[in-house]
Amino acid sequence: MTDITRTDVLIVGAGPVGLFAVFELGLFDMKCHLIDILDRPGGQCAELYPEKPIYDIPGWPSISAQGLVDKLLEQIAPFKPDFTFNRMVSSLEKLEDGSFRVITDENEVFEAKVVVIAAGGGSFQPKRPPIPGIELYEGKSVFYSVRRMEEFRGHDLIIVGGGDSALDWTLNLQPVAKSVTLVHRRPEFRAAPDSVNKMYAMQEMKELEFKVGQVAGLTGVDGQLSSATIKGTSGDIEVPCTRMLPFFGLTMKLGPIAEWGLNLHENMISVDTEKFQTSVPGIFAVGDINWYPGKLKLILSGFHEVALMAQAAKRIISPGERIVFQYTTSSTSLQKKLGVAG
Amino acid sequence: MTKLTFIAHDGTHFDVDAENGSTVMENAIRNAVPGIEAECGGACACATCHVYVDEAWTAEVGEPEAMEEDMLDFAYDVQPNSRLSCQIKVRDALDGLVVRVPARQG
Repeated sequence: MTDITRTDVLIVGAGPVGLFAVFELGLFDMKCHLIDILDRPGGQCAELYPEKPIYDIPGWPSISAQGLVDKLLEQIAPFKPDFTFNRMVSSLEKLEDGSFRVITDENEVFEAKVVVIAAGGGSFQPKRPPIPGIELYEGKSVFYSVRRMEEFRGHDLIIVGGGDSALDWTLNLQPVAKSVTLVHRRPEFRAAPDSVNKMYAMQEMKELEFKVGQVAGLTGVDGQLSSATIKGTSGDIEVPCTRMLPFFGLTMKLGPIAEWGLNLHENMISVDTEKFQTSVPGIFAVGDINWYPGKLKLILSGFHEVALMAQAAKRIISPGERIVFQYTTSSTSLQKKLGVAG
Repeated sequence: MTKLTFIAHDGTHFDVDAENGSTVMENAIRNAVPGIEAECGGACACATCHVYVDEAWTAEVGEPEAMEEDMLDFAYDVQPNSRLSCQIKVRDALDGLVVRVPARQG
């Protein structure tokens, strides 16, 4: 049996709202573990627009998205949350004692009495490039990541994209693959200049091909690619290929959470506005991923939601215990928890 | 007010009055032009407000900056007249601007 990580509250998503949930839950002595598909905390703030200023965080006339994430991490530090990054939650099961077992895509097992879904727009997943029929080849000869380099040995490989992933894998798989063709729609790259220079040097040596253009079509049988049509500046060309790696960035999808049996409203999770609880008691949804009449997808709305959610979560985790409403300004017991008691 | 025309992929014309200083994307969303998603809300962080600028207007609208070019790599069927509509600011000189919405966003 795999090791089971037990915690009071399992939070799915480590964006700003998931992070602030740690604070509100922490004030009520609940220990939190956060899981996120990205490799660091911050969600969209960190991944999409870290440098952009946000103007509607109360008390901050202007703060960069990454700046807000950094401040939240500082704010929740006293509660010592645990993080698991680079993981997507895949399944959820209700156990006999009323708690939940959550399993990740890497088969780690978590058990918690309360689950809080703070997954924003959903999980970041590789974006499917706009190539007709590509889904027929996915997982068979078209891949969005490299798990094992050996899978590409001896293949005619096309890599599509102009960022670091595309360039790094072009360089790393060149010695393994039978041939490598890099396809990008323009001769400028987003990748590190050093990788780009290396790629051009290898092209000079005829060790790989670089073609300016966009992949317009795929040919193959039963999911096995045989060639790709590349629409370039001087018309279409057909390039033999048996493996393709497109790197078109990330998009957000609700993902496996959609299969958890929660009531949904157009891809968002329906909650009540007293507890922000889903249709399954013990599972809460906060931030951009939830829906209720009047919902606004604002970070500040998410902050409000987690404060109310924490009250309800406490009642589940410590049934019968009286919940005393206190202010951090004046409560010595809260100040002790925050490590600021005089 | 500056007049903008969006031509949706099915050929429907949307003529809208736009305020100077707003972005072309904001006017598409405000007027529910189909096919403009603007997933990131205008931060030049996705490529889901992609439009084709009418040939008569490409010179006046101008070229994308480097960051926008980078994001356009993620768009569908990028053409020389492709722009992200969140990066085009409405101004007097754009009165009458025509943009077309692509078949799909990414």
